[in-house]
Amino acid sequence: MTDTIEQVAVAVTINGKRVKRFVDPRTLLIHFLREEMNLTGSHIGCETSHCGACTVEMDGLSVKSCTVFAVQANDTEVNTVEGLANADGTLHALQEGFRQMHGLQCGFCTPGMLMRAKVLLSENPDPSEDEIRFGIAGNLCRCTGYQNIVKAIQYAADKLNGRAQKEAAE
Amino acid sequence: MNDMTPAQREARLEGVGCKRKRVEDVRFTQGKGNYVDDIKMPGMLHGDFVRSQYGHAKIKKIDTSRAKALPGVIAVLTAEDLKPLGLHWMPTLAGDVQAVLADGRVSFQNQEIAFVIATDRYITDDAIQLVDVEYEELPVIVDPFKAMLPDAPVLRPDLEGKMTGAHGPRKHHNHIFEWTIGDKEATDIAFSKAEVTIKELISYHRTHPSPLETCQCLASFDKIKGELTVYGTFQAPHVIRTVASLLSKIPEHKIHVIAPDIGGGFGNKVGAYAGYICSIVASIVTGLPVKWVEDRMENLSTTSFARDYHMTTEIAATKDGKVTGLRVHVLADHGAFDSCADPSKWPAGFFNIVTGSYDFPVAHVAVDGVYTNKAPGGVAYRCSFRVTEAAYCIERGMDILAQKLGMDPADLRMKNFVRREQFPYQSALGWEYDSGDYHLAMQKAMDAIGYKALRAEQKAKQAAFKRGETREIMGLGISFFTEIVGAGPSKNCDILGIAMFDSAEIRIHPTGSIIARMGSKSQGQGHETTWAQIIATELGIPSDDIMIEEGNTDTAPYGLGTYGSRSTPVAGAAIAMAARKIKNKAQMIAAHLLEVSEYDLEWDIDGFRVKGNPSRSKTMKEIAWAAYNSPPPGLEPGLEAVNYYDPPNMTYPFGAYFCVMDIDVDTGVAKTRRFYALDDCGTRINPMIIEGQVHGGLTEAFAIAMGQEIKYDEMGNVVGASFMDFFIPTAVETPKWETDFTVTPSPHHPIGANGVGESPNVGGVPAFSNAVNDAFQFLGSTHIQMPHDAWRIWEVGQKLGA
Ligand code: FES
Ligand code: FES
Repeated sequence: MTDTIEQVAVAVTINGKRVKRFVDPRTLLIHFLREEMNLTGSHIGCETSHCGACTVEMDGLSVKSCTVFAVQANDTEVNTVEGLANADGTLHALQEGFRQMHGLQCGFCTPGMLMRAKVLLSENPDPSEDEIRFGIAGNLCRCTGYQNIVKAIQYAADKLNGRAQKEAAE
Repeated sequence: MNDMTPAQREARLEGVGCKRKRVEDVRFTQGKGNYVDDIKMPGMLHGDFVRSQYGHAKIKKIDTSRAKALPGVIAVLTAEDLKPLGLHWMPTLAGDVQAVLADGRVSFQNQEIAFVIATDRYITDDAIQLVDVEYEELPVIVDPFKAMLPDAPVLRPDLEGKMTGAHGPRKHHNHIFEWTIGDKEATDIAFSKAEVTIKELISYHRTHPSPLETCQCLASFDKIKGELTVYGTFQAPHVIRTVASLLSKIPEHKIHVIAPDIGGGFGNKVGAYAGYICSIVASIVTGLPVKWVEDRMENLSTTSFARDYHMTTEIAATKDGKVTGLRVHVLADHGAFDSCADPSKWPAGFFNIVTGSYDFPVAHVAVDGVYTNKAPGGVAYRCSFRVTEAAYCIERGMDILAQKLGMDPADLRMKNFVRREQFPYQSALGWEYDSGDYHLAMQKAMDAIGYKALRAEQKAKQAAFKRGETREIMGLGISFFTEIVGAGPSKNCDILGIAMFDSAEIRIHPTGSIIARMGSKSQGQGHETTWAQIIATELGIPSDDIMIEEGNTDTAPYGLGTYGSRSTPVAGAAIAMAARKIKNKAQMIAAHLLEVSEYDLEWDIDGFRVKGNPSRSKTMKEIAWAAYNSPPPGLEPGLEAVNYYDPPNMTYPFGAYFCVMDIDVDTGVAKTRRFYALDDCGTRINPMIIEGQVHGGLTEAFAIAMGQEIKYDEMGNVVGASFMDFFIPTAVETPKWETDFTVTPSPHHPIGANGVGESPNVGGVPAFSNAVNDAFQFLGSTHIQMPHDAWRIWEVGQKLGA
């Protein structure tokens, strides 16, 4: 980055691993993740906080990482889609649900959608359809029309609650 | 395999008709997609544009010195730098020219003026602010009707005196082309004799496809080898390679164009944009890889737009509702340059599908393309070349006619549908519709939605409204669309002189697994999943053993790419035909192995068996091994085939859509109570993916009809080119979709499939708009222009004194 700006240290736990880097103070978290950490799962769809493609989990909350400076993530725990799978390597119920219910097409919104849904289910483990729709309203999808994303999140909720999952998407 | 029942063997293939889960999802759900911006190269630079603040101005001076002095800035390119290479202007797909970097003048806001290249994207942005541009403002025209006034300012002085364009004579200094089709005289006669006529200006506003991933590329020129590699968001990578070669003079075999995973396209990623050219030039100049990534505002305001069609629509009919003639005049706003993405001979796309699903004995269409100070483009936004505009035009027109006749709009449609026994049907505007059963589809849809009961409910509500008991009104929107997709037959479709075929190459490995490569390019449609299903059914190899590869122009056979729902009709056919070539050879090998004549064999799910003696058989897997191990004498070893498929005709998917809407006249808020979509796309390869396509297309249609617009003010400022203002529905606003289908296989397609991706957009928009219009009809309204956002709906209510 530029040599005219004083760099600052950022220490952050990403997907369970503590890392330390020096960055320009204006570096956005999304660029830090994508460029510095090579975690390209989180995407950029607008850089203006509207689309949610860059959504990650920061200290248990959903944040749009295009609107957070990397330095604001100092001393936090950040989780991205790359860390979503279970510790034993099997897929998270949401990852499974999105595939089973055809909750993605181009896949560009998917990492942000998954990370948003993860926090949504941690806050509300058994959401109604309306609660899911409201809960993901900060994440835009241009391909799916959301119907199957809702079903995918319901699938994951069912699985995490130990209920039988509904029939796969028509 | 012998211990499996035929049904189990069939199921194991996961072939055509199976709701196979998508192969792509495995990487996408784990953040392992590979999109353009994910690709990094050593020493990579970042380029971005200085853009015009004005809609129309002379550029008096560009001073790049402050920008160049910024540490980290490598170069700033202007038109002066591109001139020696002859690249400051580029030819467009529509036969016009477009400035790559402004050549002394800007003609739309945010037009590209200079390309800044720096070591990091933040520095590029800093440097853009340091480029000083001196402008002299010129009068701006954003209204296509005003552009055609005799004293309108000249918008394209570079064309001054050129009274012939790529598509014939120009009538005015801001005129691009006139395109006419149909029998004018016969149509005029039909109108002069008509018992009833309607005439209405039906406008389809300017909008934008806006995929979630913007347009981007990464160009890298290797000076030693003289080779250029370009990764990009290309819906048509082979065409981009040809264009790059023609423009750069780098031989085509030394250009490697690769489209990796693409984050949605919807037509936006068909064209060749200034960003691609500048990145390539910048890489050649600097000797380093250069990446260009559009931001959202640039995307919405520069790389392409869609629609902006103003259609004066007239229908002639008898008193009892039989249509006797159609006349449409279109004023088509193409913006500052004609860079419309259409097949070369079709400046108005396939707008002549405008007779729709109805048996019009005569029709005439004239389209005038005009320049304005708006962004260039004119792409097919989830649409096959102006089909969306045509469907909107006729479906709105039919409703207006029904109103004039005092007839139910569903009855009017039923009365005028092309009947099943009329197929193949020759339309008055020149297309041969291959197949359809419109009455069946319409009846099924009406029964499913409970049409009669809804009309009765609406009547009761209108009465209650008039009595002042409610402030809510109800609309019932119908759309029965006929599409034309699968461009297209070489006899009428080409791009840059290249016929619009598509291609497939299938190779079976000795162990019986497959790699197949296509000229198409998925942007979310799931080709890696569905193409394998076609091969699985044709060749009896399980889908899971078939790898599909697209987008690499070095390895894939030449194809025209994916847009306009052309992949299933054209590439899908190529796949089936290539597979059948392989099957023919496999039959010869099987005959040799079983020591019988080829003619004594028959195909059975996953191999060949001896007729009358099914215990003697060879599976495709066994045949594959033999093809490499012990081919019959005289037959060359190996098992692979290529097919280039030139379709004999277009395909004509159709559908019946119904929208039930409740509108609060005091707030203008419109709620979609139900939306039912019946699609007939012929053979259904993967019903799950079809449903997904329909959901997505309907959501786009909802957005467009209910508020999504690229708007300009009188000064030429593009207003609302960000996700703040540009309407992209969230999960909350998006209606719930009910889907249904009938199946009328295309008679000329090898597996009878028609293509579906754009149907819901084509058919959805008129259904929504007709619902809004239908709701206000009883208050004396005839036609309300789109988009129908709450503010505009409220205004309509006010005007009608509701
Ligand atoms: S990129 Fe962060 S919200 Fe769109
Ligand atoms: S799957 Fe493409 S944007 Fe959501």
